[in-house]
Amino acid sequence: MRMEFLRPATWAAALEAKAAMPGAAPIQGGTDMMVEINFDVHRPDALLDLNRVAELTRWTTEEDGRLRVGAGVPYTRLIDELGDRLPGLAQAARTVGSPQIRNRGTVGGNLGAASPAGDSHPPLLAGDAVIEVESAARGVRMIPAAEFYLGVKRSALRSDELIRAFWMSPASGPQYFSKVGTRNAMVIAVCSFAIALHPGERRVGTGIGSAAPTPRRAVAAEEFLAAELDWDARLDPEVLRRFGELASEAASPIDDVRGTAGYRGHAIGVMARRTLTWAWNEFRSGHPGRRAG
Amino acid sequence: MRVSFTVNGRAETADDVWEGESLLYVLRERMGLPGSKNACEQGECGSCTVYLDGVPVCACLVAAGQAEGREVRTVEGLAEGDRLDPVQEAFVECGAVQCGFCTPGLVVQAHDLIERIPRPSDAEIREALAGNLCRCTGYEKILDAVRLAAARKAAAR
Repeated sequence: MRMEFLRPATWAAALEAKAAMPGAAPIQGGTDMMVEINFDVHRPDALLDLNRVAELTRWTTEEDGRLRVGAGVPYTRLIDELGDRLPGLAQAARTVGSPQIRNRGTVGGNLGAASPAGDSHPPLLAGDAVIEVESAARGVRMIPAAEFYLGVKRSALRSDELIRAFWMSPASGPQYFSKVGTRNAMVIAVCSFAIALHPGERRVGTGIGSAAPTPRRAVAAEEFLAAELDWDARLDPEVLRRFGELASEAASPIDDVRGTAGYRGHAIGVMARRTLTWAWNEFRSGHPGRRAG
Repeated sequence: MRVSFTVNGRAETADDVWEGESLLYVLRERMGLPGSKNACEQGECGSCTVYLDGVPVCACLVAAGQAEGREVRTVEGLAEGDRLDPVQEAFVECGAVQCGFCTPGLVVQAHDLIERIPRPSDAEIREALAGNLCRCTGYEKILDAVRLAAARKAAAR
């Protein structure tokens, strides 16, 4: 079947191309899309190459202090340039694929694919990220990450829209990401968990990966900490235990080739306790809370 | 479609490229550069690693059209004439090559590592090569080769 290759040079031209051909598949790093094409899993009407749209590869600090990170900033640059301000997301980015994959793959691509196993999603949820999408017809929509994921590989993105950027405040407290897999590279998460402390609001954000049809927050676990966590004390073991239990209950995992539902539910509880402990140690001591090994 | 880009310093053009074709396919089948290997076609093995505008990437995951107007450097472009790059020499000397299928990708990836980090630690070497699979050597001799190449390049600087 014939396929077109569209090469807009500007963001406006990209939006027009997407509006004219909603079946066109955006391609930036290609690390997901090209696998599907190489294996003939997916044959879109057109590839819409965004590599020429330079503003997608830039990030800025906006007037309200938030970072606006272009959808085309590759993971390697995210780690190098924003690792200090977005530590949870940078930790997740370091676990993506391999150096070659991180040189091309982007948060924008992770969002576009909307796989429940995408590594970016849990830290985006824990850090209250907002996704900026745009269409030629209706302009910009700002979608909180918590409202972006609708189903397995389905998102709130409409067929005439493209992902422009994500917005996120620089970390105001410790952030950690944990992921279960068979080795330290080239692993699709069995399951993952992200935590972000927001000390100014006395609130803790969470994100669960690969343990439900979509990435999701552990809402009851967050509400429990907002009510029970004593920010001026050591971490109460009973609070920690209950937090892990509630995080585990927030998951609704399935059995698949990478792991069982039972294992995933258990592991989410373990990672929730671990990441909260790391974050709390850092919050209380001012030093990184995760010991080596 | 027609695709034109620079490969190892030379301007190249390919015609009748299918829109979903990978950069790897164009290099191997249309430009006569079979050094970059085609194995997994899903970015898992690293054997197709090439530089795209100076950044190592899996050529199987770059759409050929995305390379339009850009600079590609393959394993064929590392040697200067008959003189192998120190990374290539070290791979030969250390016995880091057995069947050879993974070698071009590993050589390009190791080349980039030493350019970025002239004296990499073992942890840095392992991290840099984490996306390149070798099923023959057990990796130890590959690590030896990268250490040797780094030491020689540092001495020559």
